[in-house]
Amino acid sequence: MATKGQVGSATPVPLIEGDKSCGQVTRDVCGPLERGPTKLWWWAFLCAASVLALGAWAVWYQIATGIGTWGLNRTVGWGFDITNFVFWVGIGHAGTLISAVLLLFRQKWRTSINRSAEAMTIFAVICAGLYPVIHMGRPWLAYWVFPYPNFRGPLWVNWRSALLWDVFAIGTYFTISLVFWYVGLIPDLATIRDRAKGLRKKIFGFFSLGWDGSARTWSRYEMACILLASLATPLVVSVHSVVSTDFATSLVPGWHTTVLPPYFVIGAVFSGFAMVLMLMLIARKVMSFEEYITKVHIGAMCKIIVFTGSIVGLAYGTELFTAWYSGSEYEQFAFANRVRGPMGWAYAIMVLCNVVAPQLLWSRKIRSSLGAVFAITVLVNIGMWFERFVIIAGSLQRDYLPSAWSTYTPTLVEFGALIGGFGLFFTLFLLFCRFMPMISMCEIKTVISGDGYGGDHSGGDSEERSVA
Amino acid sequence: MKRLAYIGVFEHEADLLQAIRESRELGLEIVDAHSPYPIHGIDELMGIRRSRLTIVCFCGCLTGLIIGLWFQYWSSATDWPLNIGGKPFDSLPAFIPVGFEMTVLLGGLSTALFLFIRSKLWPGKKSRAIGGVTDERFALVIARKDANLAMAEVPELLHRHGAVDVRQELGQ
Repeated sequence: MATKGQVGSATPVPLIEGDKSCGQVTRDVCGPLERGPTKLWWWAFLCAASVLALGAWAVWYQIATGIGTWGLNRTVGWGFDITNFVFWVGIGHAGTLISAVLLLFRQKWRTSINRSAEAMTIFAVICAGLYPVIHMGRPWLAYWVFPYPNFRGPLWVNWRSALLWDVFAIGTYFTISLVFWYVGLIPDLATIRDRAKGLRKKIFGFFSLGWDGSARTWSRYEMACILLASLATPLVVSVHSVVSTDFATSLVPGWHTTVLPPYFVIGAVFSGFAMVLMLMLIARKVMSFEEYITKVHIGAMCKIIVFTGSIVGLAYGTELFTAWYSGSEYEQFAFANRVRGPMGWAYAIMVLCNVVAPQLLWSRKIRSSLGAVFAITVLVNIGMWFERFVIIAGSLQRDYLPSAWSTYTPTLVEFGALIGGFGLFFTLFLLFCRFMPMISMCEIKTVISGDGYGGDHSGGDSEERSVA
Repeated sequence: MKRLAYIGVFEHEADLLQAIRESRELGLEIVDAHSPYPIHGIDELMGIRRSRLTIVCFCGCLTGLIIGLWFQYWSSATDWPLNIGGKPFDSLPAFIPVGFEMTVLLGGLSTALFLFIRSKLWPGKKSRAIGGVTDERFALVIARKDANLAMAEVPELLHRHGAVDVRQELGQ
């Protein structure tokens, strides 16, 4: 009794393939967790952990020696580090979008991917949060960013600073994402608890909070999920808007623009979806979830990527048009410099990867070729990293007086911190795949039982509901 | 007070819903129903009231907003006013982002906390889940409401609706 999904093609195709029963879903999702790790998992984990170790070394060296190990100078005060921060915050956004916004819009296809997308959000925010702390130079004083009673007055933080808004935005985003993810996990943790023995049973028993699938609890649980989703939706928009105000509220030409908040938010969704799709393409192969993460899901995500990618292209165009139309020679210079200046090559990479490459996804043939889709998602991730790099380092290099201009050359230590972020992200993600249910079992069971999550049955999809 | 209760275990959602409907028509008290996923429409069938979590969430949000805005005002305009770039001490527009984040933070945390308290979920709580309800089974727990109905009829009712297992239990 597979539910028909309207996403992906004109003729309805099953959202979950293979005519699954509830018991089968449990076995399929819990199976890989109960069997030992595969060789492939070990190899992947070893690679990720080595990259993480390399990154840890780079960061340790920088903290022990000083921020001078980086290529920053008096003109370019923000380089790789803040680029990485903005990049990772952006990656996180797709997870919230899939779990919260698509829940509110009752998109059933989200059920196969929402769990791992939410996990991805949490790991991405962890990666993001590390960079500003490293950038402080004295990370042991990181607690100074919080308004706590102290013996210096008490001297309070400056509430008018966009950097402080960041602390609250990222902090809230991490907390709410974690709560949302955990609340969503509880029923599945209980499923694992009831199958497990020994120590695993104890651990999962502790975290599943004594869940017993009671109808009264389900009723409240669904309400809580809707409420958390409704809170997370404006939150996700606010987070990258606040991150963009780090730049937009400054006076640096190329940063000081009102288009930055929507530009950042849509870019975040774009890069995040590319990352989710990339991870899903890997995960469905490695964990053999081909019947759960189907071509319908991949097609739907491709369409979101081509849509958001086009908006990103529009934003690039708007930026150039506004600079030209402003009539301000300094503004015009800032953007001419962005396109043709010393970092013109980075601008070219950014446009090719973010605007041109995703347009290929208009073709159904390319959308259904997994290799091509994978390649495009990798390109988009590269392109979005370069977008932040172009905005941050590119604008700073040519700021005000020509006498203050300078160039920025990243050092090996900075490259180490950059790849270390990826190492941390993939290490955490692989651990998650190994120990947690990667697919939300209770939501898949809702879908295959013929009813959409949250009870919308007006769409004509619930023909299998046999309640008179 | 210990009450006699019957537990019927079903294999299909539809059987469970039919059993609930008939039990309610007979005036039996449904203690609870258990399922591996949220069943749409079961709330009305069992007479479960709409959750009041929305009110909790709203109050949490409001508290967060008030605390957020008030604390920013108090610390920068009352406790130690500092002239930062000639901006007014009470820079309300600049306080909006943090005020908003506090709104969402307290709203979300209070919703989750209230869900756990109200549903009696806590870390390490010993699970009393009926076998299979977290996997693929559905269970219905029926107790005696008044003395006027013969509980002996309950097992028959449960079996008639396709229960694969019927148990008797002294509960609560």
